[in-house]
This record gives sequence, C-alpha cells and structure tokens, in this order.
Amino acid sequence: MCTSDKSPNEPQLTEDEAQVLDDLGLHGESRRRFLGRISAASLSVLFAPSLSSEIFGKSTPDEVVAEIQALLNEVQVNLKINNTVKPLRIDSRMTLLDALRERLQLTGSKKGCGHGQCGACTVIIDGKRKLSCLTLAATCKDKEITTVEGLAEGSQLHPMQAAFLKHDGFQCGYCTSGQICSSVALMDEAKNGEASYVSEDFTEVPKNLELSEEEIRERMSGNICRCGAYNNIVQAIKEVHTGQEQAPKWEFATTAQMQQAQS
Amino acid sequence: MRPFTFIAPETIEAALSASASSEKAHYLGGGTNLIDLMKEDVERPSHLIEVADLAHQEITKTASGGYSLGAMKNNSDTANHPDIRKHYPLLTMAMLSAATAQIRNMATNGGNLLQRTRCPYFYETSMPCNKREPGSGCGALKGMNGNHAIFGWSESCVATNPSDMCVALAALEAKVQVRQPDGTERTIAFTDFHRLPGDRPEKDHTLKKGELITAIELPAPKFSDHYYYLKIRERSSYAFAMTSVAAGLELNNGMITDVALALGAVAHKPWKLIASEDFLRNKKPTSDNFTEAAEIAMRDAKPLKHNAYKIEMGKKAIVRSLTQAFERKA
Repeated sequence: MCTSDKSPNEPQLTEDEAQVLDDLGLHGESRRRFLGRISAASLSVLFAPSLSSEIFGKSTPDEVVAEIQALLNEVQVNLKINNTVKPLRIDSRMTLLDALRERLQLTGSKKGCGHGQCGACTVIIDGKRKLSCLTLAATCKDKEITTVEGLAEGSQLHPMQAAFLKHDGFQCGYCTSGQICSSVALMDEAKNGEASYVSEDFTEVPKNLELSEEEIRERMSGNICRCGAYNNIVQAIKEVHTGQEQAPKWEFATTAQMQQAQS
Repeated sequence: MRPFTFIAPETIEAALSASASSEKAHYLGGGTNLIDLMKEDVERPSHLIEVADLAHQEITKTASGGYSLGAMKNNSDTANHPDIRKHYPLLTMAMLSAATAQIRNMATNGGNLLQRTRCPYFYETSMPCNKREPGSGCGALKGMNGNHAIFGWSESCVATNPSDMCVALAALEAKVQVRQPDGTERTIAFTDFHRLPGDRPEKDHTLKKGELITAIELPAPKFSDHYYYLKIRERSSYAFAMTSVAAGLELNNGMITDVALALGAVAHKPWKLIASEDFLRNKKPTSDNFTEAAEIAMRDAKPLKHNAYKIEMGKKAIVRSLTQAFERKA
C-alpha cells in the first residue's frame, strides 16, 4: 500500500496520503523530514492549551496583563440595523463596516478603500449618509442604521434600486450599494433644501430643491465608480428625483464639436 | 489598528476627567480623520473618548449679536443652518466645498479645527516626518513639495493645514471656546488657535493637554451680501485645495468699508491677509485695487522647489474671489 522507499520511521499512511506525497515529489529523506514536521505541527495543535499556559506561566506579569487588557477592550453594543436589533460583543477597533460584513453577514455594504475615499461602504445612520469604514461600531449605540439590504420592502425594490437596474447604473457593481444608499439619502437632502457648493445662492435656499445634473454630480462626488457608469447613475437618480422618465442624453460629437474640442 | 480602550462618557465633565486617564488619550469626534490616521498607524491613542454625541450640538445667538456654533454639531447641519446660510454664507460656501456629503455628515465642527495635514510624508510611516515623529526630519523639504507651504514654514516642517472651514473662520475673525480639564473655560482668537511649525511641528494648535473645544463664536454678521470662497483643486469636487481664498466685502457708496480675506493650503495655519485687508479698506472695489491687494498678499511668499506656481495662482485666485464677491450682488 505504501511506496517502496518507506522507512521504518515513517508513520502509517493511507494510499491516498501516500499518493499525495508522491504527487508532491516527496521521497526518501525529504519525505521523512516533511512527515517529521507535519507530526510536530499536529502535536503542537494537540498540546496548544498546555503549551500556552506554560508560556503565560513563564512570561513576566506585565506582559500577561497587557495581553489580557487587549482582550478587555471588548465593547457591548446593540446595533439597530434595518429595524432589527443585533446585540454584539466587539473589539473596540471594529468598524461598523466590518461588524456588518464579518459579524452580521450583511455583505451588501462593500469595503473599497477602507479610508473614506471611495464611498462603497456608505450606509444611512439616523437618516444621514455616512461612511461605515470610518465609523467605529462602538459609536453606533442607539442609532438607526439602514444598509442596502434594508431598502427594499419584501420583494418590492426601492425606487432607487429599480432605477439603477433600469438605467444600468453600474458595470461591475462593486460601488452600487454605496451609490444607492448615498442617492437615497440625497433625495431627502433635496427635500430639506440643503445647499451644495455649486448652489447659486446660499442665503435663500427653498425646500424641495430641483437638482440640476451638475448639482447631482457635485452631491454624489463621494461615491466613486471606477467603471465610469456615472452617466447612467445620474440618469437613474434624476428619474427618481423628478418622477419623470429619463432617456439617455448623450450623443456622438459632431465633426465641428470635435474640431472645437481639439483646438 | 492598535488596540485602545473605548470610553463613551455621558457628560462633558466625564469626558474631561476621562482625558486624564492617559497621556495618550484622545477625544473622538466624527472620526473622519482620526480613524483613518489610526488605520495608517500615524495616530496611536491609548484611549478614545467619544464626544460627538455629547452636549454643544446647538447653534445659538450670542449676547454680542453673533452666533455660537456647537463644537459637536456636524459640518452639514452647521453649513445648512438657516441662520448661518443667511448671515455667514461665506462660511457655508467654504464648508460645503470640503470633502463629500458623507464626510460632512460625520465631521464635527470641533474636529474640523483639529484635522491634521494631508502631507504625504506625514501619512507614510516609512518616511521621515517631524510632525509624526519629532526629530526624524522633513521628507517634504527637499522632496515632493508641490502642495506644501509658501508662507510661515520652517526647516523642520513645510506642511499645510487642509481645512476649508478654517479659512473662512480666519477671514471672519471667529473665536474658539474651550473647556479646560478642571472645567474652566477659555477663549482663543481664531488666528491664534493654529500655530506655525517652528521647531515644534508636532503641535498643530495651541490647545493644552485635555482641553476640549466646545464652541466656535462668530462676531456679529458681516459680508453676507458680498462673499466668495474660491477653491482651486486638481478636480472639481472631493479634493483638497491647492490654493483657496475666502473673500468678503462690505460696501457703502461705492467704497469698501470692510473686508475679510484669507488663504488656504499655503501655510501651516489658515493665512489671514491682514496687510491686503488694510490696503483695501476705504478704497474702491476696482480690479486695480484687487490686483494690488493680491500683490501685497504674496509679497513675503517663500516657495519651495515645486510650489512656486502657488504665488501666481494665489494672486489670480485673490483677484477672482474679490471680483466674484463684489459682483454677487450689485
């Protein structure tokens, strides 16, 4: 059952195991060395608990305290996400984004840059769009968090989700959940009459703003789409914002326009 | 990110006393800069004391006819507060030019004043930086310094302050209200709040250990008809300024009766143009006078190897923003 160069020291192998070693080209001395290491590793796994207690026993008291303190940075937080309260014990360092993705399996929110530069992690906290990658989960106690998973009502998509589908507001889709959460919050900002840097006047801003394309682009600048689906994204947002069907606006440049652009 | 103890005090007083728990305790506002810097291993606090949800969320009228901006209020709600838009549109415009809607929703007013430089040598821990690691040298002084200071820098640091809000606050002559760890209050003139690098570039501002910003006080409204915040950057949105100008004019009978002028992204602190302001007072708002004010502003500029462009750009930006401010309402 084993290959010819089996040494007396080699543990009993099944045919499958021997085949794997043959396939790896491990014969003779190298095979024995490999098996020796494997068994050492298995041993250390088996005896890890007693080994680690021995290490702790030998180390200085200060080091042990530091190690335990690191574990004590646990924070208990009840996250209210999409109208469901999720109690969590987390490391104080955990961002809201990591809590959503790694602990609550809400993987709709995406980690793009992790530094607040791309907007893929945008969620809505207490009605405002924010970056979950720069928000510590520990700071979200008692706050209402809406992620892209919480926008639809049952099988009924949120109008913004439907508009993104209709207008092809994406290619790879990685930025899409951030784009959608961001634009959903933008609709409220327009209703509340919030100004932007490109607003004409800041002293008198009416409620229920009608956003121009330039305004939508400025206000969505925190959501980067590296596929460059911006035209379709703006179209989708405009359709929801105005309630009127939008058709693609672009057309090929004329020869005269090309010449003017090149001069 | 290195481990830290998270503290969520219920009151300002509790936050102040928590700050005494360690030399390396740090207040946490919106986190848009601090959490990022912790991920980059630039900031290494032992304790984070959350203050963003505490008191000082209001915008109120002051006894002197001005307004007080709560330090814990976020940038979006401050910029879009009806009274601020109406009386201090220069501040609104500057604040809305900054970052993105998401970041402005998170960032607090107090935190905006404390944001750290965007110098790439400060961010990159494998590079020397006296601000991050005193004594390690300045990578930018002889390195890539295209976006660095032309005023007030020293051999130990050529970094700039990245805030837009602070440029308008310097122009408007705001004041910063702080609580000391013992609970007493003190007020700092805005132009004294940030400091020049000198040989202590690790200190961005004049706050003492444990002090907490509680409010920003604005003087009685001015420049609400003629104002402009011009921000020049490498793309039209969501970028830090290469040069920015906050300009405000008060006009009467075709004369400039008062003027507010400050530059951003040119120094370690918002750069108030006092000599240019003095020149423009009681002059006519003509393009010749605006040009002369711009010349005066740039008189003492000391460019580095890659940022001499900021002198010409700064002059043009000053003239343009004054012109825009003048023409906003005829």
